[in-house]
Amino acid sequence: MARNVTTSRKSINTIAAGALGFLMFFPVLWIVILSFKTEGNAIKAPLEILLNTGWTTESYGAVQARSNYFKHFSNSLIISLGSTFLGMLIAIPAAWSMAFVPAKRTKNVLMWMLSTKMLPPVGVLIPIYLIFRDLGILDTRTGLVIVLMLINLPIIVWMLYTYFREIPGEILEAARMDGASLREEVIHVLVPMAIPGMASTVLLNVILAWNEAFWTLNLTAAKAAPLTAFIASYSSPEGLFYAKLSAASVMAIAPILIMGWFSQKQLVRGLTFGAVK
Amino acid sequence: MRSKSLIRKNRILIGASALVSVAATASVAEEITIATVNNSDMIIMQELSSKWEEQTGHSVEWVVLEENVLRQRVTTDIATDGGSFDIITIGAYEAPIWGGQDWLVALEDLGDDYDYGDIFEPVRNGLSADGTLYAVPFYAESSFTFYRTDLFEDAGIEVPSEQMTYDEFSEIVAMVHDPDNGVYGTCQRGKAGWGENMAFVGPLVNAFGGRWFDMGWNPTIDSSEWKAAINYYVDLMNNFGPPGATANGHNENRALFADGKCATWVDATSAAGYIFNPDESSVHDRTGFFQAPKQVTDKGTGWFWAWALAVPKSSQKVEAAKEFLAWSTSKEYVELVGETKGWVAAPPGTRQSTYDNASYVEAAPFAATVLNSILAANPADATKDPVPYTGVQFVAIPEFQGIGNYVGQQISAALAGQQSVDQALANSQQFAVREMTKAGYIN
Repeated sequence: MARNVTTSRKSINTIAAGALGFLMFFPVLWIVILSFKTEGNAIKAPLEILLNTGWTTESYGAVQARSNYFKHFSNSLIISLGSTFLGMLIAIPAAWSMAFVPAKRTKNVLMWMLSTKMLPPVGVLIPIYLIFRDLGILDTRTGLVIVLMLINLPIIVWMLYTYFREIPGEILEAARMDGASLREEVIHVLVPMAIPGMASTVLLNVILAWNEAFWTLNLTAAKAAPLTAFIASYSSPEGLFYAKLSAASVMAIAPILIMGWFSQKQLVRGLTFGAVK
Repeated sequence: MRSKSLIRKNRILIGASALVSVAATASVAEEITIATVNNSDMIIMQELSSKWEEQTGHSVEWVVLEENVLRQRVTTDIATDGGSFDIITIGAYEAPIWGGQDWLVALEDLGDDYDYGDIFEPVRNGLSADGTLYAVPFYAESSFTFYRTDLFEDAGIEVPSEQMTYDEFSEIVAMVHDPDNGVYGTCQRGKAGWGENMAFVGPLVNAFGGRWFDMGWNPTIDSSEWKAAINYYVDLMNNFGPPGATANGHNENRALFADGKCATWVDATSAAGYIFNPDESSVHDRTGFFQAPKQVTDKGTGWFWAWALAVPKSSQKVEAAKEFLAWSTSKEYVELVGETKGWVAAPPGTRQSTYDNASYVEAAPFAATVLNSILAANPADATKDPVPYTGVQFVAIPEFQGIGNYVGQQISAALAGQQSVDQALANSQQFAVREMTKAGYIN
């Protein structure tokens, strides 16, 4: 039964939600504003920055002149898409088996997978660094695809497991009775039904891989460095380069922000999949 | 017929020798990877490196990172023999430690033209371990006091030619403190960190006669000298500092001073280029400088820091890396920067020839004071009482980062009024004793 909500309560809720949304978006907005200021103006008092300073694109020019943005961008793209694709390839069969043919210890396995996310990454930095060194994959995109796939795999498996659990097993049984093989059952029955959930899993993991800054900074040098390294190169404790740092940040987050904007419906649909029955 | 075959033979020989020379050139042309920090001097080096590439045929890949990230990244690589970098940018803190660990290539053979004798001795000493040079200086700095000449003049203050004491300094600061008009008597670092507030506090403690450890490596942070120094610091900042000083590091204070909000500021000599730059600073024509004050001693009252370039032992391209170092830290490089970027941008503090150059001295009115401060900062003799370590504002042992950061946090908390100075120093002493015991320095 729907609750009666008064117009004034509705207005208050709308204003509160708007204010909260603005508060959350404000740091990004401020970065965008600073990126269009000169270095001298970017460190002035906030009100002065807004009211008494001109606008310029010089920081974007300077950033592009000093760094190869497109190299970092293509690295980010390959690493985030590659790790997500590889992760999905492993996670779909894993989540299928956990959701539809659970074993005695499936829950324990799921919890164990999740627990690996609770380990501080720096705790395994040296062993992973040594393995990468010995395999010759330090500062390579292949290495980063592998490591980001591994760190995001528990999330992918968990998300897919949750979505698959919402799909009635009877439908799969019906497909099997109609003579579908396991491969056909997964590809032609399960996947189409779980598309919204899978799409949101892909989107979320692309975002996570795109934003990952610990492994991407520690396992790369010059060749495979993605946009996180690009931003880090403008951060400085000795010298104020706020405008250039802001321009670099905007250039780094813009692609993922645009992708998120266009796919927000899909993302919300996927994240709330099965929430209302 | 014979001549045709001779011509053919000659052609083959010419072709072969051309191929050999191309192959030889290709074999010596290397791509080196340099890890560095993001500051103005390093950006200039990055821009000018194309000239070195043209001269040598080598190429450079740059990895530019924020200082703390760089330190972590480079430490991981060098400790695991990763070989990701051919040249690394390190500070005066790491150079002697890493050199002593045999992680770095000795740099005593950069060629006859390099002129090692031109490099200032304190700078050379600060980058050496057991007398061997392991990193070559890119630029060096000490600390001195920036002050507003107009405010001093209005208050009738005459800066003494001799080094003043901190007591005299606080008297002067009180006279120019005018918060109603937006000018605070002094701006000093309050942000916690061994490279932030402790860079100011370390020399202050030296001036008050304190030291980090006695000759047996026992921490002495709860000594009366430390208490006097930290009480002075907290009182000075609470009475005459800007509000929210615990959030202010080098950058924030530099911006405040450049904006005319501070009457005095004891900080890096390398900031002089910024403060005297009319494009960056509103007080460029109203700023003077004098030595960082002393108190019971004048030893170790100005800090010493250098950004230097080193070659990790794990590099596979040591010769090309050395070639780059010989170029980028040479007298000729300083001249190149002066001529292309302006003399005020020349890397300061490393070579006598820079200070003998009339163009530099003319462009940098602070040159002589900077030079005196750097020459007076002796990392090997920075305390009133004897100590087993080197370093002015830091102690050149691997454990110092952790201890320095913790003590910095405690002092910052005392400055914020969250605990007393005595409590902060007692906590710091306890922590330092625990760390030094764990590391095996003391039982």
